[in-house]
Amino acid sequence: MSLTKSERAVIMSIWDKMSTQADAIGTETLERLFSSYLQTKTYFPHFDLHPGSPQLREHGSKVVAALGDAVKNINNVEVALTRLSELHAYILRVDPVNFKLLSHCLLVTLAAHFPADFTAEVHAAWDKFMSLVSSILTEKYR
Amino acid sequence: MVHFTSEEKSIVSALWGKVNVEEMGGETLGRLLVVYPWTQRFFDSFGNLSSPSAIMGNPKVKAHGKKVLTSFGEAIKNLDNLKGTFAKLSELHCDKLHVDPENFRLLGNVLVIVLATHFGKEFTPDVQSAWQKLVSGVAIALAHKYH
Repeated sequence: MSLTKSERAVIMSIWDKMSTQADAIGTETLERLFSSYLQTKTYFPHFDLHPGSPQLREHGSKVVAALGDAVKNINNVEVALTRLSELHAYILRVDPVNFKLLSHCLLVTLAAHFPADFTAEVHAAWDKFMSLVSSILTEKYR
Repeated sequence: MVHFTSEEKSIVSALWGKVNVEEMGGETLGRLLVVYPWTQRFFDSFGNLSSPSAIMGNPKVKAHGKKVLTSFGEAIKNLDNLKGTFAKLSELHCDKLHVDPENFRLLGNVLVIVLATHFGKEFTPDVQSAWQKLVSGVAIALAHKYH
């Protein structure tokens, strides 16, 4: 699966909007994940997961920053995410199904924050991008 | 079986009251066909599906989307009996249309995203959570006759 030129342009233009509210978007994405999919909390026994928790904010910020790295290296996302790919494969071992859940919650957050921009075409490009990111993060699992 | 608390039921009904079924039904089905193009295979008779704008503007897509979302309205009136409510539709989708149940999950999630675009801040994590339960319950009910 690879991104077309127009998909890349769409992804980057939404990123530009997102990046000004990156922390808020990251935090909200995680809040949505833990609220709709309670089982995902299993990976964070060491965190305070209540809305407003500083750990949630810090982690949300980290997740979106990593996505930013992927966007900035959109022509070579594998290289940009190598370290994270290894982390998820060898140390975190997050069940692959959870990447779909997180991706969905990010798209919901983007849709809620940028309704006019989140057209069907933008939705499709970001869904594809998150699918690409997820497959890279799980590619070293076995 | 999916169980809804009374709070979840009120959350779902409250938002449903503000949903424009015609507009959002068309948008939901349209987005399914755009974001997951393989789903177009079930709609050969719908005419022009050649681009996102063709799909989103296609009158047959809009009409069918309205039908689909209307059935969600029935679900919301019968949250304690989704399987019964969808028994006939389940038979139709399974025995006649041969739709892979994965598509029910995809459509449900697209609906959640469409709700988010329309309701913005009001579509809080708690509201989303109640709706995820609903779309999951509908997907399970529609897939019931496969077993």
